[in-house]
Amino acid sequence: MELAIGLILGACALGAGLAMIAGIGPGIGEGNAVAKACEAIGRQPESKGSVTTTMLMGCAIAETTGLYALVIAIILIFVAPNILVDILVNTMSQLPK
Amino acid sequence: MTKTSRSFRLLDMFYIVMMIVPLAIGMAIQVLTKPATEGITLTGARIFFTIPMPLMDFPVTESQINSLLVTVTIFFFCLYMVHGIHERVHLKRQHFAELIVEKVDGLVHENMGEYFMGYSPFIIAMLALSALSSLSSLIGLYPPTSDINVVGGWAILVFILITYYKLKCGPLYYLKSFTEPVALLAPINFLSEFATPISMSFRHYGNILSGTVISTLLAVALSGLSNLVLGWLPGFLGEISWLRVGIPAVLSIYFDVFSGCLQAFIFAMLTMMNVSGAFPKEDYEERKRKKLLKKDAKKQIA
Repeated sequence: MELAIGLILGACALGAGLAMIAGIGPGIGEGNAVAKACEAIGRQPESKGSVTTTMLMGCAIAETTGLYALVIAIILIFVAPNILVDILVNTMSQLPK
Repeated sequence: MTKTSRSFRLLDMFYIVMMIVPLAIGMAIQVLTKPATEGITLTGARIFFTIPMPLMDFPVTESQINSLLVTVTIFFFCLYMVHGIHERVHLKRQHFAELIVEKVDGLVHENMGEYFMGYSPFIIAMLALSALSSLSSLIGLYPPTSDINVVGGWAILVFILITYYKLKCGPLYYLKSFTEPVALLAPINFLSEFATPISMSFRHYGNILSGTVISTLLAVALSGLSNLVLGWLPGFLGEISWLRVGIPAVLSIYFDVFSGCLQAFIFAMLTMMNVSGAFPKEDYEERKRKKLLKKDAKKQIA
């Protein structure tokens, strides 16, 4: 029983860590977006305001995939262990001794 | 600048007090009901009490109470800003109020067009509520935007608006829009309809919540480090975690102030873009013109 609970907790923590690998993608994407925005402002300094607004919008949308991973990681850390341990305890108590 | 009367100043004072009182109530609730725990913990919104309902119990949580308090604060702030508003400007705050209205009108006009100008009060209300909800974590309240139920409610509201504007050309036109560009893509179009509110709510809630999680982790790490490094100090001096003074504030500038305001702005921008993008303007106008023509033809026959 203790071993099973330990496995559940460990697997949840590992899963959360693995889910956050998705943070690489938005990092690269946002870096590209900001680099291009800097180039655009360097070329046309008078369009700084609209370029900055568009860049922030684009960054926010590029961030979405990373935030999906974050939500999954948070669920795995704070919500999933309780539910899984409850399921384990219930099934163990229903098994014939 | 003319001298203001006594009753005018009294009403001003009342508005300012009513702006501060809700936040003070929130802090008092926080102090009175928070259970004393050892160390730093990371919890969701606490449930104060539940109201029994026919289908399901209705829990009243911290985030609901806090967002109501923030709403009251914004309400009295608006009353304060428009108090004594006059054609001939004699108060400084009127300039500020006009600036806000002009900026928001310009933003809505730029992003949504002339047809949607009635949306600017809604947009500024959403911006103010979202920004102030996120900023309420600065005075120690639980920020309502780090609860998915609050942000999810706003996203569902936006989803209803989007569907309303898509239905403007009639239900048949709405159903037909799923089969664009090919009929084979209908299931994917149907799914992407629901992806909009989900991604909007996850984006806002994830940003605020990740800031809270990182701040808490930093606080735990700094208190441990402080015990390790400065634990040799005599008496009670050694028990105070000195490193937690000031250092978390630097991160708080980014995660609470900048991120909160940016997410509010992005939520408002996405609302504007989604709602105005859902409205098929040309088709709607053509439909209207055809209806008018039909009516005129009927009148002439009669």
